[in-house]
Amino acid sequence: MSTPNKTVKSPARSGRSLVILAVILLGLLVTTFIQGASSVRLGLDLRGGTSVTLQPRASNDANKITTEAVDQAVTIIRQRVNSLGVAESEVTAQGSGTNRQIVISVPGDSGRRVVDLVGQTAELRFRQVLAESAGISTAADTSTAATPAAGVSAEINAKYAALDCTNAANREGTGADSPADTIVSCSREGAAKYILGPAEVLGRQVSAATAGFNPQQGVTWFVSLTFDGEGTKAFGALTNRVTTLASPLNQVAIVLDGLVVSAPRINEAIPSGNAQITGSFSQVEAQDLANVLKYGALPLAFDRGEVQQVSPTLGADQLNAGLLAGFLGLGLVVIYSLLYYRGLGLVTVGSLAVAGALVYLLFLVLGKSIGFTLTLAGIAGAIVAIGVTADSFIVFFERIRDEAREGRSLRSAVESGWLKARHTILVADAVSLIAAVLLYFFAVGGVRGFAFTLGLTTLVDLFVVFFFTKPIVTILAGVNFFASGHPLSGLSPKSIGMKSTQVSATTLEA
Amino acid sequence: MSKLSGLGGRLYSGETSFDFIGNRRRWYSISAVFILLSIGALAIQGLHLGIEFKGGSSYTVNKSGISIEQARASVADAGIPGEIIVQKIGNDKVRIQTGALTSEQSKAVESALTTTFDVTIESIDTQLIGPSWGKEITKKALYGLIAFLLVIMLFLAMAFEPKMAISAIVAVIHDVFITVGIYALVGFDVTPATVIGFLTILGYSLYDTVVVFDKVRENTKSVAAVGKVTYSQAANLAVNQTIVRSANTSLIALLPVGSILFVGAGLLGAGTLKDLSLALFIGLAVGTYSSIFIAPPFLASLREKEPAMQALAKRVAGRGGAEAVSASVAAPGRPAIRPSVGRGPRNQPKRKGRK
Repeated sequence: MSTPNKTVKSPARSGRSLVILAVILLGLLVTTFIQGASSVRLGLDLRGGTSVTLQPRASNDANKITTEAVDQAVTIIRQRVNSLGVAESEVTAQGSGTNRQIVISVPGDSGRRVVDLVGQTAELRFRQVLAESAGISTAADTSTAATPAAGVSAEINAKYAALDCTNAANREGTGADSPADTIVSCSREGAAKYILGPAEVLGRQVSAATAGFNPQQGVTWFVSLTFDGEGTKAFGALTNRVTTLASPLNQVAIVLDGLVVSAPRINEAIPSGNAQITGSFSQVEAQDLANVLKYGALPLAFDRGEVQQVSPTLGADQLNAGLLAGFLGLGLVVIYSLLYYRGLGLVTVGSLAVAGALVYLLFLVLGKSIGFTLTLAGIAGAIVAIGVTADSFIVFFERIRDEAREGRSLRSAVESGWLKARHTILVADAVSLIAAVLLYFFAVGGVRGFAFTLGLTTLVDLFVVFFFTKPIVTILAGVNFFASGHPLSGLSPKSIGMKSTQVSATTLEA
Repeated sequence: MSKLSGLGGRLYSGETSFDFIGNRRRWYSISAVFILLSIGALAIQGLHLGIEFKGGSSYTVNKSGISIEQARASVADAGIPGEIIVQKIGNDKVRIQTGALTSEQSKAVESALTTTFDVTIESIDTQLIGPSWGKEITKKALYGLIAFLLVIMLFLAMAFEPKMAISAIVAVIHDVFITVGIYALVGFDVTPATVIGFLTILGYSLYDTVVVFDKVRENTKSVAAVGKVTYSQAANLAVNQTIVRSANTSLIALLPVGSILFVGAGLLGAGTLKDLSLALFIGLAVGTYSSIFIAPPFLASLREKEPAMQALAKRVAGRGGAEAVSASVAAPGRPAIRPSVGRGPRNQPKRKGRK
């Protein structure tokens, strides 16, 4: 840039800045057309939906929380969520190292199923059923205690008899069941309880699982599954051994997260690695079971950190409230600047309009290109940024006034005022930017949305001040209305606090 | 409005001057009282933490004409242990908050609410927070705060000077204490949105301080060489010159925040917007105060301890120029500190005397 107070920059230079700005605005506009982005992508809190944040937990020594494990879990959960067929569902990992969390967002009303589905997090295992009975406690009634199967210790038997699966607390999957142990377990609904042998086939040995139905037998849904090489061998051996046994020993339980998802009877030995589970499934049940089989094996167990379900009604309310607050805030700022800065206030209004257009277009483009979604916290960030943006103008205008008080002509006051204001604006915006970046990296969920919009709008603010506000003021300084200090220009001697005679005397020097 | 502008002109020339730096003991004691009150409130009452920090569940039912008692009875019947807080939000919403629940218990609450109020399960807004979640976000917020203070201190030390960085950080910590104290005293809910508002305020309070310090730096650049006024006097003039600007930027920043608060608290009742804007509102007010009354005086205290500045103060006192800057500027013919010292050949004598 030029030396402080000698040259007054040529209007041509200001014109060039404005042209650059126009080109960028136009470029963004064209990009949105090419991308076909017509509306800002709204976050779940503005249109309704469910978001679940999962915190990994090391349930036993076998699964340590590593970046790879979390990434793998993200892939599996994403497959599970996508299998629900809800458009625009998202599964992402946030944070780093052992603090990584998985955030799942599903728009619309189907979120409740997602919560259930992703809740099944531990490894899937196939175990032989050693005993089965209704899910109520039979501790007092020893006569009905199931005949202990071979190899079941008295201790396990007593535990089994006492187990009351109607108590919800006993149906919380633990994921801590050791594959090598004989365990007692409830069915997921709590209707039945089981003694189960050691795990013989693991979820990761399932290579495919699909739900289908047989039109010849009416609409009966079934689940077919295919094992990989290892799985085929193990499953073949298991089925071969149990198929000839008496019920319930001829059943194989599919255990997920310590609970029995299904315990189908094995009708024949299955050495081929292709099996079919039939039963009175509804379509949803069959598909959910297929999903569990297919994506069942997560490398980690998870705690639900936060589950948030927002109905579309509340979402719409929040969107409206956010927009109303935005317009109200913008309106007040506009009125204030017009009252206080008169003609210069129009520059503020124009700059805010340009900043607004830039931010809106960026929201559109970023929504398409990096999946940016606008949340309520994001709207709040943008509204707060109106203040930050307007502050830059105030710093600039007050500097111009200071320089005019020194007795400079408007033109030279604009230039020297700008050079001083520039430093202040750069430092102050850098502080805002640092705050935004740190907020972004140290926060999860909604906070990140806030930090992102705050950072983005701060950058836009810098850009607008340099490429719009400054050039416009330079050009206006050449216009008689402002240069002569018209009472409505905001630069009249009276409004900056000096006598008019002084101005006319000192303008001569310029 | 033009009156305010006129005042701006008089403050700029030093014709009207408030002694911010000289009265620092007064401001320090006012702040000390507030900080002691804050510590007291924190120790005695503590902060009123939202369920996001404690772990818990929150259900909001949208239906007009439902009563708090109905909701409480309904949830109690579902066999939910622990304390249940039921609040009415606006005219047609009831919010029920419980301790941390298992997913089965949560389902029980939802089904109890759907049958009691005859609403669909989708229309209930729920939020379930695991017990360990709060620790996680508290930890993150603290890390964020510490990282912020360190980075900002480094940045300001580079952009300005180390002592300005220290003063700015002192002012920020002052803001944190007082804002937290107000929260403890009044018993506002502290939610993650509050924490965001809070961290944003730190940035904002610094924005104001940066504006003032930029002027202080300009005014004091050659203060030792010129030797007419002390560092404190030059800094005080800078504060006076920027006060209209600070008032304006703060007011302009408060307008949008105020409208979020109005809409958030008035129309939505409770939630992100209200929590966020309340924290911003309180923080902005405190931040504006500290950027005028705490940061510059503290900076002056630090700088006046330097041998060069003490020598300068002695020199100025020796010349009998130790009166307030305003007086020295107003007296005709007496050289005075001017923002434009050494900045070009335009020294037309100007008459200062309006009124």
